[in-house]
Amino acid sequence: MSIEHARADHFEHPSELWRASEPRASYDVLVVGGGGHGLATAYYLAKEHGLTDIAVLEKGWLGGGNIARNTTVIRSNYLWDESAAMYEHSLKLWEGLSEELEYDLLFDQRGVLNLAHNLHEVREGIRRVNANRLNGVDAEWLDTDGVKEFCPIVNTSSDLRYPVLGATLQRRGGIARHEHVAWGYATRASQLGVDIIEGCEVTGIDVAGGRATGVQTTRGPISANKVALVAAGHRSVLAEMAGLRLPVQSHPLQALVSGLLEQRLGCVVMSGAVHVYVSQAHKGELVMGAGIDAYNSYAQRGSFHVIEKQMAAAVELFPIFSRAQMLRTWAGIVDVCPDASPIVGLTPIEGLFLNCGWGTGGFKATPGSGWTLAHTIATGEPHRLNAPFALDRFAHGRLIDEHGAAGVAH
Amino acid sequence: MLLISCPWCGERDEVEFHYGGESHIAYPDDPEAITDDAWGEFLFVRNNPSGEFRERWLHTHGCRRWFNLLRDTSTHEIVRSYRMGESADQSSGAERESD
Repeated sequence: MSIEHARADHFEHPSELWRASEPRASYDVLVVGGGGHGLATAYYLAKEHGLTDIAVLEKGWLGGGNIARNTTVIRSNYLWDESAAMYEHSLKLWEGLSEELEYDLLFDQRGVLNLAHNLHEVREGIRRVNANRLNGVDAEWLDTDGVKEFCPIVNTSSDLRYPVLGATLQRRGGIARHEHVAWGYATRASQLGVDIIEGCEVTGIDVAGGRATGVQTTRGPISANKVALVAAGHRSVLAEMAGLRLPVQSHPLQALVSGLLEQRLGCVVMSGAVHVYVSQAHKGELVMGAGIDAYNSYAQRGSFHVIEKQMAAAVELFPIFSRAQMLRTWAGIVDVCPDASPIVGLTPIEGLFLNCGWGTGGFKATPGSGWTLAHTIATGEPHRLNAPFALDRFAHGRLIDEHGAAGVAH
Repeated sequence: MLLISCPWCGERDEVEFHYGGESHIAYPDDPEAITDDAWGEFLFVRNNPSGEFRERWLHTHGCRRWFNLLRDTSTHEIVRSYRMGESADQSSGAERESD
């Protein structure tokens, strides 16, 4: 599908905010993937490291991939030290991002509840609250009455199949307007001199003598000193072009949105056990996400039974939603790592950088991911925050197992 | 929802099945002799193509047997299913299209 066609089918995006660029023959840095993470990487390279000879290559149109397909949940309440540091850094960047980008991201710290439905989840939830506090991440444990008080429309009746026994609460968590994040980063990066090139699909990665030297694209070859692969679900395909095999698998992740409803849900509610997470956008739509479809796919669609199960759980937890009408469903392709943690940093190929494996929860990490990858690209060394998320951890066994905090519900 | 041909039971809805990831991953002959990189590769690295993919499925709510499926991950088209111990090429298993 051509860009023009895609735009006509979807909506006009404000391309006048950034310069539409023709690709030049060479750049210092190429960022492959014009989603949130790629744009943030380019922005911080320019802003924090003074590099401006940069192009962001986007195969479709800017804001057409996962950056505009996610359910916009932002939080940092992960279990392990490495993850807490990375996601908390990201959350702190979110807290100043609208001002920094001079673009209203509608970042709204309305609080995120993670429900516990059985004794094991209660124990894990309390453990995670304690771990979060030790890492300087705000976290509280609410019992059933506390959940009811914080979010009155949650059904806390004891006769539910999966009763609400309590929840973790991160008050600083919340939501943001996802396409504004793409547009905000693109606008400022463009002003700093970054070329943003849409409709430019990378078809090959040039490697010579163990070093990345550029890429082949649908708009011709482009040479570069450094190439960063930041293309979400399609990274395996890209990495294979460079002869790299990655421990990620691509799956559909489905989401839904309702019609406009009166504001009734003042926080984000997530449940790993019953596979549902929901928030109410400022305009009034309920935005819901499911768990991933089990099978590998690049088709940007999933199976209906996944969202059917998710809706059943949502209606039991929120009886008030039972008459709500879902307007549309869609899927994005997410790349999932065996330990539910991302890979950010160097590769065995000099000058080739990687940012992948964010799985179902990459949106919240957009600023922190871009920040740390920009540091790695500019200095050639990992930032202390992304050093633990190196590709070689799968050979050394230093996994960062975040299935409890990240596995399903994002 | 996928309509999956179990080589023992025939076509059934996807909800009867459990997904098992890539097929034909052989356990290393001598695990203690291989390098950490090779062991990590065996444990964690799988092919992830956009296109035809050989994968294992378990017919949980049917015959409860594992089998293989050759499926296109970019279209969800199922090319053929075949039993454990067979390769996709020599398969006499159920087919959904001529090839």
